[in-house]
Amino acid sequence: MGRATFTYEESGYFLRVKLKGDIDHHSAVATRTGIDTLLYKIRPRRLYLDLSCVDFMDSSGLGLIMGRYALMKEIGGDVVVCEPSAGVERVLKLAGLERLVRVQRNKTDGAAQDKPRGRKVRKEVLK
Amino acid sequence: MKSNKFNAKVVNKMQIKLPSLSVNEGMARAAAAAFVSQLDPTATELADIKCAVSEAVTNCIVHGYRDTVGVVRMTIKLCEGRIVRIEIVDKGCGIADVKQARQPLFTTDAAGERSGMGFTVMESFTDGVRVSSKPGKGTTVTMVKLLDALDIST
Repeated sequence: MGRATFTYEESGYFLRVKLKGDIDHHSAVATRTGIDTLLYKIRPRRLYLDLSCVDFMDSSGLGLIMGRYALMKEIGGDVVVCEPSAGVERVLKLAGLERLVRVQRNKTDGAAQDKPRGRKVRKEVLK
Repeated sequence: MKSNKFNAKVVNKMQIKLPSLSVNEGMARAAAAAFVSQLDPTATELADIKCAVSEAVTNCIVHGYRDTVGVVRMTIKLCEGRIVRIEIVDKGCGIADVKQARQPLFTTDAAGERSGMGFTVMESFTDGVRVSSKPGKGTTVTMVKLLDALDIST
């Protein structure tokens, strides 16, 4: 059990949030507020949600990811979900979340496409 | 027989009542996992049960007792044939259209970032879900999980 908390690192270009513990309706509320405050402040091009230390996640976690996806789209960036455990992965699969966000299963997975899509889009808009 | 799993003979049972506070979601699934553990379920089965319980209890808290606090009652029955029957009851607002509520992605609370996947998770992670509800009276969700036979070779 235990409340989900998170730590983060940022480069101005990306924000990497490492979630810990259980993600349920109870913990998601505080986590959401915390992440959104950072997103509005930093306005990164990419949000990494590191789930490697998440022991449990239910559909509230799906809501959390989908909500951040919508917000990042508004800011002009994208979301990458990193290292979900087997249990968390099954919940992600149920919702077909990979249609919205990239899932990085280990540290090198998909590193080739690690260029944020957001920047490309922005360039096109500026032209 | 399909109806059997909902009527199998009860061997052991437990019941807890919790106020519909979100902090109790973790308590409910931990209690469910602890009680079911006596049947030596696999890690996956246990994770399935925790997730399904979490969804059902969250529904009571978020939807059943939307702006109020009421009692959520969880009963877990361990039945013959390694059948686990979980009943989660609230006396909240009830569901007008159960069929619609069970649709994937359907939610009445988009602003609260509910994904609308609660019933879908329950259906996918258990072997049967029954919902009976009356507007103004409350909702009862009954879930059945069939555990695999114990592997005695190891």
